[in-house]
Amino acid sequence: MEVTLNVRRYDPDSAKPAPYYQEYDLEIDETHTVLDGLIKVREEVDGTLALRCSCRSAVCGSCAMRVNGHAVLACKTKVRDLLHRGSTKLTVEPAGNMPIIKDLVVEFNVFWDKIRAVEPWLQPQGVPPQQEYIAPNEDMLHLAGVMACIMCGACVSDCTVLEVDKHFLGPAALAKAYRFVADPRDDAEKSRLGKLVQYGGVWDCTRCMQCVQVCPKGVDPMGRIMALRDRAIENGYHNSNGARHAETFARSIKHSGTLDELRLPIGTFGIWNVKEMLKLIPLGLKAQMRGKRPPIFHKAIPGAENVRRIFEKVESKR
Amino acid sequence: MTGSVKYAFYPGCVSRGACPELYSATIEVCARLGIELETKGMQSASCTGAGVLQEKNRRLGDTLNARNFALAERTGLPLMTICSTCQGVMAQANDRLTKDPDYLKSINADLAPEGLEYKGTANPKHLLWILLEEVGLNRVRARVTRPLKGLKIAPFYGCYIVRPSSVLGYQEHPERSDALEQVIQVVGAEVADFPGKTACCGFPILTINEKASMKMVSNHTLSAKDAGATAMVTPCPLCHLNLDGYQPTAAAQARKPIDLSILHLPQLIGLAMGIDAKALGLNKHIMSTQKLVSQVAVAQ
Repeated sequence: MEVTLNVRRYDPDSAKPAPYYQEYDLEIDETHTVLDGLIKVREEVDGTLALRCSCRSAVCGSCAMRVNGHAVLACKTKVRDLLHRGSTKLTVEPAGNMPIIKDLVVEFNVFWDKIRAVEPWLQPQGVPPQQEYIAPNEDMLHLAGVMACIMCGACVSDCTVLEVDKHFLGPAALAKAYRFVADPRDDAEKSRLGKLVQYGGVWDCTRCMQCVQVCPKGVDPMGRIMALRDRAIENGYHNSNGARHAETFARSIKHSGTLDELRLPIGTFGIWNVKEMLKLIPLGLKAQMRGKRPPIFHKAIPGAENVRRIFEKVESKR
Repeated sequence: MTGSVKYAFYPGCVSRGACPELYSATIEVCARLGIELETKGMQSASCTGAGVLQEKNRRLGDTLNARNFALAERTGLPLMTICSTCQGVMAQANDRLTKDPDYLKSINADLAPEGLEYKGTANPKHLLWILLEEVGLNRVRARVTRPLKGLKIAPFYGCYIVRPSSVLGYQEHPERSDALEQVIQVVGAEVADFPGKTACCGFPILTINEKASMKMVSNHTLSAKDAGATAMVTPCPLCHLNLDGYQPTAAAQARKPIDLSILHLPQLIGLAMGIDAKALGLNKHIMSTQKLVSQVAVAQ
């Protein structure tokens, strides 16, 4: 089949380095992956195209890049599957949120720095056992899902928070942090969580699910971040806007069945947080003038007692 | 579709709180499209948890959603929402509830004291998808009396109606991937395509990392404007809260004027149906829609 690969190129050694797009028309097999196509370009059409790849079997994690705007492993993605509605063109770009070295090759230092920042090693306390550490099978099976991460950077590439705040630890590092926080052999849960609730940590995730969508190994980084939030609150880390937001939200639903939007920001910032309370006033006044202020007296749904009963029942099972 | 269709209406918290204009616009537009909305049987439905409750306790979120689904089943009607976040959270909960009979059974045990049982038949659908798949865009087209010629509208999906695609029916309904673009064209406007249309609006971190949240607002609105957008349309009231309500803050942070009207999905359709701007609640936005409304009037 005929396909055009529209590749974003960048050569730092050119006279005036600037990214540009170059189209390559190829005849490829129906079964070919994006990586097969790119290798064909490099070997038969244009030897100057730079890309990173190794195993070609979705194991090594070298070939994460953006195809049609979303991060994929090029070796795991069939060209045919991405051609919609008669289109014969794919746009191939380097992974996002990392500096570009050349063409489709990005600098992974920012990725590794964040992984290192979460101290990705076991930190047991006390006297080491005579033989191996014994861990319950089900705990390790649970962790296998996170350990499936091949560090390809697809989640980091498409993370919407990293796009606007480089300080965010990001989905790969936070999933890695969960892998150690939830490991029964690790004894540093509390101190790890204490660091993870700071700026740039678990509460800065928007829950946009880009990482869940693009992860080629089903690691579910966002799900791990949510689990870290829960563990942080369970470990007594209530003093952050994120924790207060989650707790105020839950209280509102438990009390009335629906969200009391007026009291959510007050509960999140704390009513004595004068600076934030003052900041809310202009928007509050504008909303009042436009007739979109949430009701001052929040009304409970009929049968709200059933919601309360469910809260009590389910929470008691934990 | 020829006659009217009826749905158990799940409006969500925001359309009854900070975005009342979404609720009124929905009522106006649905009435004209022959979409009947059952509200009485859904009055005791609770919040879906919006993904926030699920951070603390996923099972709790699933139980509340199962309860809402059971209430919808009791009306004998399919479930319609007008909030992308509700759509996403309900779809995720429904996926977990329906693929594991033992899980559903244990959840139902907690609903039993209220006399409710979720049988697993709810298929929560956003108005956007209902227009595409059940009402049909031809019917929408037939009701357009004031085509929005000359307007260029940027579609903003947000997150929850797009991801994770595996539980949102994109495999069976590939047409969902450009649903907003299809609606924009049906009402006679042009699409302003821009890269951030399925990114996050920033609302979930508004109170946690305001600077990053505002950067998301300015990035999306400015890149939509670069693509020639006269306005933006979204199926998510939470995105609306940030893109509209916090646009002045985002513009101040970006040190650039933005001034882009943000419409709820039914407001866009209602404008093209000739419904009065006030009845659509277009006067209830933080960013003025006056210029847009007069542009539509002048084009006639």
